[in-house]
Amino acid sequence: MIYIQIFIAFFIPGIIGYGGGPASIPLIEHEVVSRYGWMTTSEFSEVLALGNALPGPIATKMAGYIGFEVGGALGAVTGVLATVAPSLFIMIVLLRLLFKYKESPKVKRLSMIVLPAVAVLMAGLTFDFFQTSYFSNGLWSTFVIAMVSLLLIERWKVHPAFVIFGGLVVGAIFLS
Amino acid sequence: MLGFGGGPSTIPLVHKEVVGTFKWMNDQEFSDVLALGNTLPGPIATKMAGYIGYRVGGIRGMLNAVIATVLPTILLMLLFLTSFNKVKDHPRVEGMTNGVVPIVGVMMATLTWDFIKKTRQGFGWKKGVFLLLGSFIVMEILNVHPGIVIGGLLIIAVTMSDKKEKIEIQVKGNSESL
Repeated sequence: MIYIQIFIAFFIPGIIGYGGGPASIPLIEHEVVSRYGWMTTSEFSEVLALGNALPGPIATKMAGYIGFEVGGALGAVTGVLATVAPSLFIMIVLLRLLFKYKESPKVKRLSMIVLPAVAVLMAGLTFDFFQTSYFSNGLWSTFVIAMVSLLLIERWKVHPAFVIFGGLVVGAIFLS
Repeated sequence: MLGFGGGPSTIPLVHKEVVGTFKWMNDQEFSDVLALGNTLPGPIATKMAGYIGYRVGGIRGMLNAVIATVLPTILLMLLFLTSFNKVKDHPRVEGMTNGVVPIVGVMMATLTWDFIKKTRQGFGWKKGVFLLLGSFIVMEILNVHPGIVIGGLLIIAVTMSDKKEKIEIQVKGNSESL
């Protein structure tokens, strides 16, 4: 039963997550945290933080790890398969057909029309993260860490992996 | 493996290997595959790997390519997180977790901003804001499952006639019927 749940939890983001891996993050969160309750928001953010610090595609890393947590090795395989297989299958089977309609406005519209919905989902997830941080760290620590990491990542283009590592150190010293 | 920062950042590296090192495709073919990959849902890196692997080595090539893309980092992830979970209750480790949450929040916020910008480029300010508000109300206030909302939007995109003006009316109808 659990494998069916894992499959559904990652199949849905895999099939509707237009806009690449990052677009499917809020969809995965919706399934994993809100629907099945396998993790809390703060656990999910840990996994996401580490996933962002490691190389490779984010969606499959999330699927592999969360699948493993919930259902062991077979769970991990199920999660990754559900993420990867549907869209890959479409790509290989329909490639010729798609090539023909590449210039069709319908095909272009497909990936465009979901953008606002994904943006809203991401905004909701952002809010969840800050709320979680507000409850455990208080207003000021949250604000300071957020501002500093925003500057580091956006202004000075420091690699996210270093910023996350810095966050771990700061947290170990000041927030324990 | 070297591509930090999610699927899209691995594309130039994949391009270098496929077109440069191994000459399986030329530039034009590669960018066609990439463009198509982008119109389909799901992570881009595995789609590219799977398709190119399939062209070069059939089903077995496809499996190889996907496993090579996915497996190393998942193993790393498991290694880190399981050892991390063993020491989880230590107060210092709890502090580390707390320190990371706002940073992930910032990363998510910048991603959100990217998607809002793309929405604006695609639809213009007026329609963009309208669509953003519409999906906010349907998903966050009426609590409709995002899969249903996105599925509905996709159906609209396919069935719609090619006049753009109709987007607004049909989205309105859609959110009302939900």
